[in-house]
Amino acid sequence: MGNIEELKRRLNAGETTARALVGVSLNSAQELNDTLNAFLDLDRTGALTRADTLDERIRAKGDIGQLAGIPLAIKDNICVRGLQTSCGSRILGDYHPPYNATVIERLLGAGAIIIGKTNCDEFAMGSSNENSAFGPVRNPWDTSRVPGGSSGGSAAAVAAGIVPAALGSDTGGSVRQPASLCGVVGLKPTYGRNSRYGLVAFASSLDQVGIFARKAADVASVLSVVAGRDPCDATSADVPVPDYQAALTEEIRGLRIGFPRALFGKGLDAEVAAAVERAVDDYRELGAEIVEVELPHAQYAIAVYYIIATAEASSNLARFDGVRYGFRAEEAPELRQMYRKTREEGFGPEVKRRIMLGTYVLSAGYYDAYYRKAQQVRTLIKQDFQNAFALCDAIITPTSPTPAFSIGEKVDDPLAMYLNDIYTVTANLAGVPGLSVPCGLSSNRLPIGMQLLGPYWSEPVLLKLAHAYEQIRPFNEHPPVFAGKVANEARII
Amino acid sequence: MPITKADIEKVAQLAHLEIGAEELEIFGPQIADIVSYVEQLNALDTTNVEPALGGLTPEGERTDSARSDAVQPSLGQETALAEAPDAAAGHFRVPKVL
Repeated sequence: MGNIEELKRRLNAGETTARALVGVSLNSAQELNDTLNAFLDLDRTGALTRADTLDERIRAKGDIGQLAGIPLAIKDNICVRGLQTSCGSRILGDYHPPYNATVIERLLGAGAIIIGKTNCDEFAMGSSNENSAFGPVRNPWDTSRVPGGSSGGSAAAVAAGIVPAALGSDTGGSVRQPASLCGVVGLKPTYGRNSRYGLVAFASSLDQVGIFARKAADVASVLSVVAGRDPCDATSADVPVPDYQAALTEEIRGLRIGFPRALFGKGLDAEVAAAVERAVDDYRELGAEIVEVELPHAQYAIAVYYIIATAEASSNLARFDGVRYGFRAEEAPELRQMYRKTREEGFGPEVKRRIMLGTYVLSAGYYDAYYRKAQQVRTLIKQDFQNAFALCDAIITPTSPTPAFSIGEKVDDPLAMYLNDIYTVTANLAGVPGLSVPCGLSSNRLPIGMQLLGPYWSEPVLLKLAHAYEQIRPFNEHPPVFAGKVANEARII
Repeated sequence: MPITKADIEKVAQLAHLEIGAEELEIFGPQIADIVSYVEQLNALDTTNVEPALGGLTPEGERTDSARSDAVQPSLGQETALAEAPDAAAGHFRVPKVL
């Protein structure tokens, strides 16, 4: 059973209240924030008021919504009306959006309670959370290490037991990689599965809203609520939303799992390789058939990604100019100077680096050499997946080549940092879904994650594979920084 | 193609970024490194390969995103201006252009 399901049972049985759950979440978020820096904004008054309203309705009517009374945390690049949305950037600062993202409307409609906004790499650009203008998030398993990025605050908040689930965004691995480094489950859905309306755009053809939780069942609960076509996002697809909960317990015997042996070589940490290979053996014992597959263009994915993502970012981030919202530089008596000063003072180094790189690859004379070339190789990467999925129902890889690394370790070498995404970016380029699932701890007690990739709209298959794995290898370990005491009182985990 | 300091300065100008001399020293070699890394794509023959435009799935491409051309409620002037660094008389105010 998932944590959310258990919490809902207790709420509906009158064994606890939304106020108690939200109180515990808020208190642990606040208590642990000096250590983790996972939250940028907490909405104590709003969340408790909403909890009281929901408690009254639950008392009167019983079950009133799929997530009624469940506390959740939201990455700070997803708009929640009335709460700050800084994107981890000085240029937005304490921007308060006047509208909710569609995924937020849907969560609220299902009765969820948003306790606050989580820290992230500036505009979701990073793999360590060190690019936040508000300081790095720390990994609950070892606070001298990074939680991964860019959705590091959401991953840390779930890993530390502050909330049972959280939203993030995934452009090149920004949900799956921090999920892996923090020992939680993280889903990047099929492109078009979730609405992007109200998600601050980084790279529009790659961005998807993703979900963190401690169990696959909880990811399924949240996905059931947020998924589906949204007229406000032209790229959201008109594809029916299946019953993800019901799919969890379906048979996995006979499923074919692709094993791309070539990706288990150079640069992969030995303990990570061993843990994922053990999972492959586990699946074989569960009755799945393991087949060898090849993704011959995967080695080019980082190069393709850093052309396409930066090109789209340079265009998307042009809107931050100090006119309509956010920060404006002072002492700029002329308009263009105001733009330049605002952007110079408002953006951090990684964002500037990517804007410049994106501007460069799109600039006159270079467009064909870089951007068009990258889009062509993107086609080849898509074809790799098509060919592989003709042979199998899902592919297993590591999520990240190493467990969590130390804060500061890669901060001066952007290219080394980019290579963290080597296993995750292909899914964004091809648009396929990916799920990171904890599959062990390293010898120094750092979580290791495996990644399950599937064809378009195969979230039910990925979630049931994860759920089956959780039954035979339950990951019930807690990190040293854990809201154990407070959480236990309300049995939030 | 090696990237020069002048290239970086030009790109910064195109992107409306005012990069200082110190930043130029740091960003120059880093961007040059990344560009030389992405140039490994040149090793691939992509003749006759269609570029993948956008990220849509086949189902996404088939989704009809057109809507009727009807007036919808909007934020309204007051709300739309509420987060502006400088608003006056129902407008966004900016420094002089000329």
